[in-house]
Amino acid sequence: MYFDSFSEFLAMGGHGLYVWVAYGLTAVIFIFNLITPIFKRKRLIVEQTRQLRREELHASNS
Amino acid sequence: MMTQVDAKQVKRGIFTAMIRRDMTAAFRHPSDLINPLIFFVVVVTLFPLAVTPESDFLREIAPGVLWVSALLATLLSLDMLFQTDFQDGTLEQMLLSPQPLYSAILAKVATHWLLSGLPLTLLSPLLAMMLFLSVDGVQALMLTLLLGTPILSFIGAIGSALTVGLRKTGLLLSLLVLPLYIPVLIFASGAVQAATAGLPIAGHLALLGALLALAVVLAPLAIATALRISLSG
Amino acid sequence: MWRWFHKLGSPKWFYAISGRWLPWFAVAALLLLTVGTIWALLFAPADYQQGNSFRIIYIHVPAAFLAQSGYVIMALAGAVGLIWKMKLADVMAKCCAPIGASFTLLALVTGAVWGKPTWGAWWVWDARLTSMLVLLFLYLGVVALQSAFTDRNQAARASALLSLVGLVNIPIIKYSVEWWNTLHQPASLTLTEKPAMPAEMWVPLLIMVAGFYCFFTVVLFMRARVELLDRERRTGWVKDIIRTKG
Repeated sequence: MYFDSFSEFLAMGGHGLYVWVAYGLTAVIFIFNLITPIFKRKRLIVEQTRQLRREELHASNS
Repeated sequence: MMTQVDAKQVKRGIFTAMIRRDMTAAFRHPSDLINPLIFFVVVVTLFPLAVTPESDFLREIAPGVLWVSALLATLLSLDMLFQTDFQDGTLEQMLLSPQPLYSAILAKVATHWLLSGLPLTLLSPLLAMMLFLSVDGVQALMLTLLLGTPILSFIGAIGSALTVGLRKTGLLLSLLVLPLYIPVLIFASGAVQAATAGLPIAGHLALLGALLALAVVLAPLAIATALRISLSG
Repeated sequence: MWRWFHKLGSPKWFYAISGRWLPWFAVAALLLLTVGTIWALLFAPADYQQGNSFRIIYIHVPAAFLAQSGYVIMALAGAVGLIWKMKLADVMAKCCAPIGASFTLLALVTGAVWGKPTWGAWWVWDARLTSMLVLLFLYLGVVALQSAFTDRNQAARASALLSLVGLVNIPIIKYSVEWWNTLHQPASLTLTEKPAMPAEMWVPLLIMVAGFYCFFTVVLFMRARVELLDRERRTGWVKDIIRTKG
């Protein structure tokens, strides 16, 4: 371990702000990249399920 | 069967015919030609107004200001490159005709340069004087504009061809084309700065020349592909 | 051989294959990134001159690598789609763009954040950061062009051409920016150490780079799968999937 205590770890020798902003932003971008396709997929499935049901209803009616 | 001579004549024929046609068409709308020039003058004027009219300062920023303004003025003139031909169907004719597309595109870009890059180059000494650029600098400015504006026309034509079928192309075109303009800007502006410091600029001009050669060879291919894509919608 | 190539381009095949590979890439990414981050933050030594802010290198460098590779992959996929009219290639190119752009942004911001304690300013016009900024503009141009077309195939072909033009220009831009930088900053400062890094530094860096690449693959596949479902929604196999998931 490079650091002797947790508070030292957080402080990063005075550079804490920079290091944690950088790593924090990385986490944000990673999460954003993961969430976007998941949401898109959910929305697409909901939309298409509705569409399919509508079509099958229409097909059984005609 | 076409002989070598005939084929060359056809190529030359298309090239000059197109230039003649486009030039006469352009002079029917003189405002399209004058506006970029006025823009050039106005933008250059903005800098002393916005910062300071002090000759020392203006002299230092002159190379950059002049080149950026010329660049922006060129952007403004790119709209006219393919728009009118697209709207009246001539562009489609151009792509379908058996005439070599390379010559037609070369003619279009040449016309564009004759109507925008060349006038900008000729107007530049006047503006350079307003910014207190030295004689060496003015010489370098004109040389770099002479070499550089054709490159801007070629690269701009690619962007123009990609966006010709779209609405509200102005801003999109700028976004696409400006990053590609950066090398020309850096080398040209660098040359003018070097000249004002009394340094030789042969190297800079050689670099610009190389970029121009690259543009002449590669850009028409990209332009042709872009036109085909835009017209396939 | 061509049959294999065309099978490669089949959306249905890709959807099935990527579904099987995705968990493996995800696990790999998670492992590599966790190990790499812990090593980077806790065990790697601080730099002699830059102190602990040097730890940002473990993010900045992988992000920069991905920003550049992402563009190359996007342009090559676009080229394949343009030349062979392969739908899958078009989809891959389209999905690369936003991911690559976000990594470029990450590289830029981490570069800036790193620059503050090192050089005292939030932004410096050094060659690498400036090149990365221009790369971001190139990405944004491709994304903007994609969304300007209503016809999907036209959009794919136009942005493929644009990304290829950009690809050709990238070395020229890099060269010109470096040239420009040496003119104006004679004492050329580089953010990353040129002399050989000790193993305690380059091993975690390598792990992070590998982790970033695996992550890129994961999100690229995820995006591509959704995009394919969207495009192929009229086909039987997609309808089957919708029925089972909906």
